[in-house]
Amino acid sequence: MADKPLLQVEDLCLYFRTTHGNVRAVDHVNFSLDYNKAVVVVGESGCGKSSLTKAILRLLPRNVDTYTGKVYLEGKDVMTYSEEDFRLKVRWVGMSMVPQAAMNSLNPVIKVGEQVAEPALIHMGVTKKEAVDLVRKMFQHVGVPEVFIDRYPFELSGGMRQRVAIAMALVTSPNLIILDEPTSALDVLTQANIFNVLKRIKKELGTSFILITHDIATSSELADEVAVMYAGQMVELNDAFAFFKEPLHPYSKKLMASVPRLRTEKEPEFIIGQPPSLVDLPAGCRFKDRCPFAFDRCKQDPPVIVKEGRSVRCWLYA
Amino acid sequence: MLKTLKNTFAEIKRYPSAIVGIIIIFLMILLAVYAVIAYPYTKAITLWRGGEDVWYMNPKYAPPAWTNWFKTEKEPVSFHVDSADGTLKKVVTNISADSNSYTFTYSFNFQADSDPQDLMLYFDNTYTAKQPFVNVSLVTPDGTNISVYQGGASAQQNVRFTQQQKLISRFASKNRTVMQGLFSDPKQTAIVSKKGIYQLIITGTTFEKDSDINVQFVFFGTVYGIAGTDMNRRDLMIPILWGTPIALAFGLVGSLCTLLLTMIIAAIGSWYGGWVDSLIQRITEVNLVLPFLPILIMVGTFFSRSIWVILGAAILLSIFTGQIKSYRAIFLQIRESGYIEAAKAYGASDFRIIFKYLIPRMIPLLIPGLVSSVPSFVFLEASLAVLGLGDPVLPTWGKTIDDAFVHGALYKGYYYWMVEPALLLMITGLGFAMLGFALDRVFNPKLREM
Repeated sequence: MADKPLLQVEDLCLYFRTTHGNVRAVDHVNFSLDYNKAVVVVGESGCGKSSLTKAILRLLPRNVDTYTGKVYLEGKDVMTYSEEDFRLKVRWVGMSMVPQAAMNSLNPVIKVGEQVAEPALIHMGVTKKEAVDLVRKMFQHVGVPEVFIDRYPFELSGGMRQRVAIAMALVTSPNLIILDEPTSALDVLTQANIFNVLKRIKKELGTSFILITHDIATSSELADEVAVMYAGQMVELNDAFAFFKEPLHPYSKKLMASVPRLRTEKEPEFIIGQPPSLVDLPAGCRFKDRCPFAFDRCKQDPPVIVKEGRSVRCWLYA
Repeated sequence: MLKTLKNTFAEIKRYPSAIVGIIIIFLMILLAVYAVIAYPYTKAITLWRGGEDVWYMNPKYAPPAWTNWFKTEKEPVSFHVDSADGTLKKVVTNISADSNSYTFTYSFNFQADSDPQDLMLYFDNTYTAKQPFVNVSLVTPDGTNISVYQGGASAQQNVRFTQQQKLISRFASKNRTVMQGLFSDPKQTAIVSKKGIYQLIITGTTFEKDSDINVQFVFFGTVYGIAGTDMNRRDLMIPILWGTPIALAFGLVGSLCTLLLTMIIAAIGSWYGGWVDSLIQRITEVNLVLPFLPILIMVGTFFSRSIWVILGAAILLSIFTGQIKSYRAIFLQIRESGYIEAAKAYGASDFRIIFKYLIPRMIPLLIPGLVSSVPSFVFLEASLAVLGLGDPVLPTWGKTIDDAFVHGALYKGYYYWMVEPALLLMITGLGFAMLGFALDRVFNPKLREM
């Protein structure tokens, strides 16, 4: 087991068909993730972060045009699984997910305890009573009072609902949890709380995380690795410590510079211009129109340069 | 669950129309239960299908007795008494070893302003060779003893008062019919009914050891019972009572099956999408153009007129209607919600998603629709019956209206015959509609008035 990473993604592509043309939401993404590690995926809105999670969990909308590549989960090529096999063997068994807007991901007409028990009932073949015990345990993990089992989602605060959604992802104890912006729309205190919960889960249960977020500062709490996405591509994958010290890709540098800092006079920067349309992508480097370091070579597509375990997609390091 | 029901009920209580609706429906259910207990199915069918042999003691076309309350000229109420069940008093005295003397007396208070149709005696005698001898007479309130019949009585001897030659000739001199003669004041030249206690006296003698006399006395008035009678002398109480469970069953089964199937099919269509959805939509569109009633008429004419076959056909035709489109619109919206995607993500099967996630969201919208579509099925049954496609076996409200229509009830002035089932149909519709509208307000917050 040790020689194979928990999750390995190779050349994953997910294109959507629209009336304007194909949207290349995930374009040849490669990365791997080890056991008990957390990778934080950052990037602007619309750069394909959420689509990446959907591609990994095969939660595809109806207008999929291309869905290719390889996803190895614990060494098994799950892309070759049939829809039914995938549902029974991968979803919530191998990896689970806390969806975006987790507050809306709870069925309003089912009590939260029952809702959290659903994955266990589906996948673990437990009785209703065993499932309830499991739910109680999960609620303890995420810090939800047990009395909430009999409440409906609308009776819970946003933070509590988020925790319930995390409990739901944990209930079948998968090795990998994908969190899609778990703390957006929550106040800072609750965010910190949730991240403490995630950290504790990581430590106690040895779970790996893929964390999608806009919030680079908060995510630094949990991250072992940082992946930066831009226009459907993964432009940088770096060790978290190195990344926060010195990001490599010009886009990453700009992104880090846009984070407001305490105790320095420096104004937060912003990146001029818009990310390119995913329908009509420019030739060569996709960031070149906004890049302060752009030069002639950027007209060609940059390769992925791997240096000291860091990979970056930029001609500057070639 | 109980709490939810309680809350819903508290909410419903705010709408007086719902309370009225619930009371009406509750009374209908009571009536239905009473009907099934009082007239078990086979008994009801035997009575309903029976002819003169079952209903000989009823007058034809008699309005209900209570119509007298609204009339200044009271009409005589029909009744019958029988010595076999003790309602007609029977006294037996032994004369000799082979001979018995029988006396039957019955007094009745005649207070009507018009004459009865007829009076009738049905003997049920047992003997081997020698007929019993009977003497029938009627004592009027002023004490006059009028002899009606004298002579031997065969085993099934009938004595029809209007056909007794003795009586006909007795009253013909006064230019009166037998009934006028018996029940009007002889002292007045005009025909005015003589009110008071009349007494029927029947004396009989048997001449054999095991011989016996039993007699049934039928007073054919012109009004009868609670519901009146029809052309076959049948008590309309039977279709009125039995129409209730049939109408409720037809309505509830029809609307429940239709709505549930519609909802499930709409859910399946909108969940799977693609060709499944297209197929369902095309079937719906084709079905929408097909004429509903003519198809049912064809089924009734060529296939079977059983109420359940017709109901099945009606349900099948009602599944793929506009309702499927409106459910689909709501399901398409629910399908895209976060929790459905979450359910898909955690590996819930399609079946689980459809039945545990999609459909429960629809139940609140379903209940008011269910309640308000019951009357349409009740009316459908009645419409089919009026069109002559009613179940030939079952006594239903629609069938009664059909009979009344065919026999020109409104033309001949037998309003009760048509009005009774029609009124019940209207009340049923009203009850369900009132409850349905209130439930709609309770379950659909957009309609709630603050």
